[in-house]
Amino acid sequence: MKYSALSLAWNALSGHTRWKPAWRDPAPRPQYDVVICGGGGHGLATAHYLAKVHGLTRIAVLEKGWIGSGNAGRNTTIIRSNYLLPENEPFYEWSMKLWEGLEQDLNYNAMVSQRGVLNLYHSDAQRDAYARRGNAMRLNGADAELLDEAAVRRMLPFLDYENARFPIQGGLLQRRGGTARHDAVVWGYARAADGRGVDIIQNCEVTSIRTRNGRVEGVETTRGFIAAEKVGLALAGSTSLVASSAGLRLPIESHVLQAFVSEGIKPFIDTVVTYGAGHFYISQSDKGGLVFGGDIDGYNSYAQRGGLPIIEDVCEAGMALMPRIGRVRLLRLWGGIMDMSMDGSPIIDTTPVKGLYLNTGWNYGGFKATPASGWCFAHLIATGAPHWTARGYRLDRFATGYVADEKGVGAQPNLH
Amino acid sequence: MRIPCPFCGDRDSREFTVLGDATLIGRPDPSAPDALAKFTVYLHERDNPAGLHRELWYHGPGCQSWLVVTRDTRTHRIDKVEAARDVPREGTSR
Repeated sequence: MKYSALSLAWNALSGHTRWKPAWRDPAPRPQYDVVICGGGGHGLATAHYLAKVHGLTRIAVLEKGWIGSGNAGRNTTIIRSNYLLPENEPFYEWSMKLWEGLEQDLNYNAMVSQRGVLNLYHSDAQRDAYARRGNAMRLNGADAELLDEAAVRRMLPFLDYENARFPIQGGLLQRRGGTARHDAVVWGYARAADGRGVDIIQNCEVTSIRTRNGRVEGVETTRGFIAAEKVGLALAGSTSLVASSAGLRLPIESHVLQAFVSEGIKPFIDTVVTYGAGHFYISQSDKGGLVFGGDIDGYNSYAQRGGLPIIEDVCEAGMALMPRIGRVRLLRLWGGIMDMSMDGSPIIDTTPVKGLYLNTGWNYGGFKATPASGWCFAHLIATGAPHWTARGYRLDRFATGYVADEKGVGAQPNLH
Repeated sequence: MRIPCPFCGDRDSREFTVLGDATLIGRPDPSAPDALAKFTVYLHERDNPAGLHRELWYHGPGCQSWLVVTRDTRTHRIDKVEAARDVPREGTSR
């Protein structure tokens, strides 16, 4: 059923008792043309674009839990395209454009809210770096405005501008950036893909990849073997575990990133703000909770929970930036497992195993990339060639030296 | 998380800085003919296990020693802590 004002009114008449499930719950078939491992945003978006853009039909998405229960449901919902490097900016800007048309494409309210993303700067050097980044964004068709202190004060009068060590001098604003409802993105992609015949199979964990003579044959799962000509991995922090069964050793470390939400309070932050002198980003959800986060914990982790030191660090940064949040109580916090790559940029590429495709290395920027990641991964799987916006995301770039290190810290995943 | 330092005793993880996988102490021979390939693997590829992981931690505010900590990445249980200087070098990493 197409969702519309009319369908809403019609169902209201019957007391909302006649809504159908938004996607089916099929049993796995023995064979598919393409199997996507991982039912998060990236995997479901890939399936959607494979079906819609490339016309493939026999597709399955396998998810070990329920869809969106991994990082897609554990992020701070920020969307933006404010990158510097030519490997990154066209890709993230393509993602931003897909976000802008997402709800019409999916016929689903993903609550995309272009409320702006403001990166604060606190020194002359940081201002210069942001000016450069803003220029790189505009050269790639994105929007960017460099604000001075007075302009930031007009937007957010309650920040601590008098901080002696890190005074706020201004910020780089991307007005088209903002937030989206992370769960709705997952559900919207799932419903749209399902509508085009994609089988979304939940509670079906991929335990290993079966290969023969350097070619993929299918995947072993907790619900039996499923044969497939092509297998795509969109497994975020669990990529190394599954890929190792096909003999791949990846440039990935898995780390835990925590996110936080406060009790609901009246509206007071109408944009996304990031602190330039510490790692802290914050927005306010429509329910009123402050949604914020900071650094990863720093050590390898497959536990979907973090430690107290980072909680303190994030809250200290928050207090340094906006002291008025000090009496707001923390409601919930959680952790997701990030696939941290060696240069801080993702990998969307073929592998030495024929028919096995890789989509990983999202560090902690995976949510904003969801539409373009799906688009480019689908393009790669369907055509065998990388999409032009993802040309820099090759697996062999660490050997060739063509790394895309946005932060310039080298092969040290816990610093990206 | 608390780390039992072999020199300082049981200490809060805040006192430590983590570097990463302990294979980093097995630096390849830079004069070997296949040094480039070896260094590419050494620098970038990781086993990244879910389970026991040997990793390098530095106890800066304490004994200033590099330590090899064997820790379970699913539970953060620490099984073993050794001084890195006592850990045999593999010569070249795999």
